[in-house]
Amino acid sequence: MAEIIIFLSLLATGYVVGTTLERHHYKSILKREYALRKLPLIASKKLPDDFLPCETSLVTGNVVISIDYFKHFVAALRNIVGGRVSSYESLIDRGRREALLRMREAAHNLGANYVFNIKMETSSISKGYNNNSIGSVEVLAYGTAVIIPKVELPVSESQGTLNLKPK
Amino acid sequence: MLLTTLEYVPGRNVIKHLGLVQGSTVRAKHVGRDFMAGLKNIFGGELKGYTELLSESREEAIDRLRQQASSIGANAVLNIRFSTSTITQGASELYVYGTAVVLE
Repeated sequence: MAEIIIFLSLLATGYVVGTTLERHHYKSILKREYALRKLPLIASKKLPDDFLPCETSLVTGNVVISIDYFKHFVAALRNIVGGRVSSYESLIDRGRREALLRMREAAHNLGANYVFNIKMETSSISKGYNNNSIGSVEVLAYGTAVIIPKVELPVSESQGTLNLKPK
Repeated sequence: MLLTTLEYVPGRNVIKHLGLVQGSTVRAKHVGRDFMAGLKNIFGGELKGYTELLSESREEAIDRLRQQASSIGANAVLNIRFSTSTITQGASELYVYGTAVVLE
């Protein structure tokens, strides 16, 4: 009986705290993405010739993010019937966007105009409760910040990963 | 030492290729952090201790790459890639590699 009560209270705290944290996190992600919308991320390997002369520098951003108890439970249920596991989708999405943002903030602090050749990498750090499912993941984003001295290149407002305005 | 994920350095020519250079480090989490992470697993969200641990370890891997590159006389490392692998439950390896070159 005591075990069931502990389990249910863990589920409830996981749900309440986890959902609140996720909402706050998304709010801050949207705000910072809007603030950095003029720093485009480009996956291509070659720089256009008219960027010369320019300076380059390696920039990285990483984050370790964990799933809450409730979502973990829902995902375990989903494993029985199969299909889309939306609770992990939001975890990975938050991790990727946060890692990208940290990389862009690092590039922004260097005064970069663009970030080229971006690579992303995801690895699972701990294996959850019964050692067979994802507990937390690390996302690393890295790329080459391109600093073009003085010359301001026109960047359209619509560029960037997201066009959502924070409320 | 110039580090870049590009395959060349814009505006500068490569005089000499010196081959692959690498840096790696294996890090374990300590008990305190592991305990806090266990708590965080209930609530979800970022595990700041781990984020710092991994970024410090990655810095160290990059340092080793840099040392190796400068010991063979390179002044830049091109096409850098990172890779992470979990060795056991508590330890992960951070690996960074690239091509050492001499720029003019």
